[in-house]
Parts: sequence; C-alpha cells; structure tokens
Amino acid sequence: MPDQLLYAMEVTLNGLMAGVLYALVALGFVLIFKASGIFNYAQGVMALFAALTLVGIMDGQVPFAVLINAVFGTEIHNFGWEVPAILAIFLTLLVMCALAWCVQKFVMRHLVNQEPIILFMATIGLAYFLEGFGDLMWGADIKKLDVGLPQGLNDTIDQVTYGWFGYGFFIDNLDIFATVIAAILVIGLTIFSQYSKQGRALRAVADDHQAALSVGISLNYIWVLVWSIAGFVALVAGIMWGTKSGVQFSLSLIALKALPVLMLGGFTSIPGAIVGGLIIGVGEKLFEFLIGPMVGGATENWFAYVLALLFLVFRPQGLFGEKIIERV
Amino acid sequence: MIYREAGDFSTTYEADSQTFPIKFDRYRYYLVLAIAFGVIPFLVNDYWANAVLVPFLIYAIAAIGLNILTGYCGQVSLGTGGFMAVGAYAAYKLMTAFPDVSIIIHVLLAGGITAGVGVLFGLPSLRIKGFYLAVATLAAQFFLVWLFNRVPWFYNHSASGQISAPERTVIGIPVTGPNTEAWAQYLICLVFVFACAWLARNLTRGKLGRTWMAIRDMDIAAEIIGVNPLAAKLSAFAVSSFFIGIAGALFFAVYLGAVEVGEVFGIQKSFLVLFMIIIGGLGSIFGSFAGAAFLVLLPVLLKNILVGSLGWSTDLAAHFEFVIVGAMIIAFLIMEPHGLAQLWRVAKEKLRLWPFPH
Repeated sequence: MPDQLLYAMEVTLNGLMAGVLYALVALGFVLIFKASGIFNYAQGVMALFAALTLVGIMDGQVPFAVLINAVFGTEIHNFGWEVPAILAIFLTLLVMCALAWCVQKFVMRHLVNQEPIILFMATIGLAYFLEGFGDLMWGADIKKLDVGLPQGLNDTIDQVTYGWFGYGFFIDNLDIFATVIAAILVIGLTIFSQYSKQGRALRAVADDHQAALSVGISLNYIWVLVWSIAGFVALVAGIMWGTKSGVQFSLSLIALKALPVLMLGGFTSIPGAIVGGLIIGVGEKLFEFLIGPMVGGATENWFAYVLALLFLVFRPQGLFGEKIIERV
Repeated sequence: MIYREAGDFSTTYEADSQTFPIKFDRYRYYLVLAIAFGVIPFLVNDYWANAVLVPFLIYAIAAIGLNILTGYCGQVSLGTGGFMAVGAYAAYKLMTAFPDVSIIIHVLLAGGITAGVGVLFGLPSLRIKGFYLAVATLAAQFFLVWLFNRVPWFYNHSASGQISAPERTVIGIPVTGPNTEAWAQYLICLVFVFACAWLARNLTRGKLGRTWMAIRDMDIAAEIIGVNPLAAKLSAFAVSSFFIGIAGALFFAVYLGAVEVGEVFGIQKSFLVLFMIIIGGLGSIFGSFAGAAFLVLLPVLLKNILVGSLGWSTDLAAHFEFVIVGAMIIAFLIMEPHGLAQLWRVAKEKLRLWPFPH
C-alpha cells in the first residue's frame, strides 16, 4: 500500500482515539442537559478542578497554601505525606460531590424556571469562579499527573501493523486505555439510567419536573445526584487529559472542544455524544492532514466549529437529538 | 426631593417622546457631557487614560454593540472578540492602503466591514436560537482569529505577525502611533462613544428597536404581528457588529497601537464583554456604560488593594479577580437579572419620593 494511504489510516485511528476523549467530556454535558435542561459550560473547568484536586491530594498539598501564606506571612506548602492514587481518587470524588451540593444549593436552586440562556450564562459565571477558586486552592503552576496509567507507544500494534504493511502505526497506550474507560462509562451510565431506581427518577425529572415532583421525587436530590455524576465524569476526563498533557489551564478549554461534538451528536443523546466525538476527532485530524498544509495549518482550532455550524443549519437537533418542537 | 418631575408638562409630542423627558435628568446629562468634553481632557494623565478611561470608553462601545444583539434582540453571541478583530484588521488594512484618508473614515469603514461579516455569521440565527446560536457564534470567534493569524495578507506579511498602527492625525493632532498625547486618545474615543451611544439610543427606541424587542420577547408572536424575523435578526447582527467593529478598530489603533490577534481578541474578550452587559443590564444603553465601567475598574481596584496595600503577588490577585467576577455574575443573574441599570432605576424611583414616601 502507498505510504500516503497508510499514513492517512494512522491519522484516522489517532483521530478516533482523540474523538473518544472529546466524547468523554461531552458525556458530562449530556448528562446534566438531559436531567435539568441546563447547558453546563463549566464542565471543562470541572475537569480541570478535579484534576487539580487529585494532584493536590496525592502530593499532600495544603489547600489555599498561597493565600494563607499571603495573609498570615507563613511559609507552608505541603503536609509532607503522599496519598496513594486510589485513595486520592476517592477523596477527589467526595470533593466533587460536595461541589455538586454547593452548586445546587447556592446557584441552581435560585434559578429554577429561568430561561435556558440565563442558566447557560450562570454556568459561564460558575466556570470563571471555579477557575479562580481552583488556582487559589492549589496554585496555578503546571502539574504532572501520574496515577499509574500506561503511556507511550503501544509495541504490539506497532509490530503487528509493521508485519502487515511494513509500516508501524503509532498508537498511544493511554488512548487505548481511554477508549476502554469511555466504553465502560457509557455502558455503566446507560445501565444506571435504564435499570436503577435513581436512574428512572432521573429520567422522570428530565421528562417533566412537575410530574416528577408530584409522584414524590425530590428534585434537589436528583440534581445533586446529576451534578455529582457529572463531577465524576469530569474527574475521569480530567485524569485522562491531565495524564496526557499535564494539569494546566488549557485543560478547561476542552469544554470548548466538546461543544461542537454536542451539536453534531445532539444535546440529549448519550450515543450521540460518542458518535459526534468520533466524527469530530477523525474529521479534524484528517482535515488537518489533507487540507491543513494548503491553508497554513492549525485548522484544528476551528474545523469542528465550522462543521457543527454547517450541520446546525440543516439539522438543528443534531444526529441523534430529539426533534425540537416549538409550541406557542 | 432632589429628583422630581413636578412642573414638567409636555405640550407637544416631541417634548413627550424625547429621550430624557424629566428636566432634572436632561440637565444632569448635559452636565456629564460638559465634564467629559470640557474638564477631563485637561486633567487626564497617561495613567488614567491608559488604565481606566480609554479602555472604559472603548469597551462601552463594544458593550453597546453586544447589548443591541443580546439585550435588545435576544440573540446571545460569544463571537465579540472575533468581530473586534475584524474591526481592528479592517482598520489596519485601510490605514496602510490609503494613508491619505482620515482615520475617522477608516474606523467607520472598519465598522461597516465588520457589519458585513456579522451578517454572514448571523445567518444561522434564522434556523437556530438560544445557546445553539451561542455555540455557533463561537465558530466565528475561532475561525476569525485563526484567519488573521494564518493569512499573511491581513498583517501585511510582517515578520512578527503583529499589526501596529502607523501615526495618523485628526486636524493636525496625532491620535494613533507612539506620539499620541493622553488627552487626544481620550477625546477621539469620547467622540466615537458619544456618536455611538446617541445612535444606539435612538435606534433602539425607534421602529427598528421595537422589532428587535418583539423578536426577543417571542419570535413566533412577533412574526404573527408582522415583524420580519429575517430582517430583524440580520439588522441586529449588522448594527451590533458595526459598533463592535468600531470598538475593535479603536482598541487596536488608539488604545494598544500594536496587536497580536490571539492574545488580544481571544475568547476571553468575548466573555468579558458579555459579562459587562450582564452586570450592567441587558437591554439598556446606560447598562452598557455601567457594566464597562464596573469591569474596567474592578481589576484596577483589586490590584491597588491586594497588590498595593496588602502586598500579595499579582497572580494571586488575578485568581481572586476570577473568583469575584464569577461570583458576581451568578449573584447578578440570581438577584438582579437586569443589572446595575435596574438598580439605578430603582434608586431613581426612590429618590423621586424621598423624603416623603407617600
């Protein structure tokens, strides 16, 4: 086979893997949107916050150390212990649940029945708040996150493909791992929402708030639950992206990558998030590979958006979304 | 007591429909104008012009522009930074291509070009709305910034990829370039702000503004009473982008002088202007000014208090600013969705009756 074609195949495969990571972020959006009709712009910052917290707990950092030092003139930085990854992940999960409770208690409860666009702007405010809060709490320097996930070139695939085509494909172990995790998450979440009691309550709330209330479902409880699950998904996404490219501010920008994914897949569909992520991942990598050199490169920044924009004009609800019906 | 309408009797339709029907309001407005044009130019120094006044005036134009689109017509846009970049680059290309033409015409033309681009990216608004549209305008933001970064024609093939404003004069006084005096910078911005605010105020209370508000309140109902949604939405995009383009051109030419597009006109700028109109008040020209003033002054104030008085490091203060701005956005959305403008209105109502509440 010609080299060019092989290379395109490799790019496609890598695009699929990147798409899985986008889908992972998009999942968090879909969950919250389905359950409360809120488009949560803060999802990306939540991933950043989760990753920061995880690193902070693992390294035994003192929260708000910089702030405390600035106010009291002390010189504290670390507790001086290190927490094993599993325990730290568990503790971070607790923090994300506490965050979910706070969001529900202080923000969302007061904005019930507002227009979706107001809620959207509130989550932008929340994103700003969390961004500053996370930096205040754990410091803004770029951190390395290592919870023991496999990384680097996958030798098996390299050798097998070399045997087949005489050209070894470069696939990152981490990407394969992320794909597996994403698959497990999707299956798990689907089972949860279809078969568990809470899942059923969640779908009921999504369908009709008032009807759900009248059969005795606690809205507050469901929303805390939904935001906690979104926090959990954010944590997973944060771990994956953080391991890949370090825990830093740019991590929060993956939310911006997830938006076109959602527009493609539809805001209300979990499979849509996955398929949309894959299409965007492959599309932007292939576009960069085929067209990018002609127009000066770095097309990845906008390709997804323009694709989604074109899509919106023809099918506003996305590939798998429910049809938008408007009544006067 | 200090604020009343007793004794104001309108005897003509013109008197009744003027912008400031209460005499006290009108005189206060003239006073503000007199101070802005007659007093501040003599007092202003480099620090005040660069840190507070010039950015305030330019952001006020941008906020008015976004407020027309979001506050009056109900179409949320996150592409403000990109449209400001269009204004800046249009002004740059015009300034370098036609050095003999007045900068004022260049800035206005830059606004016009931005209006065209705005209409183009506003086309999807005919099919989609709400945050779908907000996300679609993000496409404009990313695409435009990328375009100005990657196509050398836009920055005249300069090696650094930056654009920098050559010196241009208005009636013999330099207003762009390194030799500009602080008062000249201030005054040219003030003239544009005055013209834009006057135009926006009169547009929004005329027929066009009413069609926008009808679309905002309920587009289907508006269509039924004979508002053409195509014309209303696209005109809102055009007018809004015109103002934002002027703001971008001034931001580049008068305020910064040299611009690197990704840094100056990135997504953060879009959010900043959006926050200004949320805090200031959606659907209010005064709110645009109030929000711009608030968000320009807040960082300066925080910096003076935290870094200057308490001796904190600058990045700590910057993080604190994020927390405060985020919390304020949420607080305003919950407690006063109409922003500072509404607080001002309430205060005026109270002052009309004070100190005899009945």
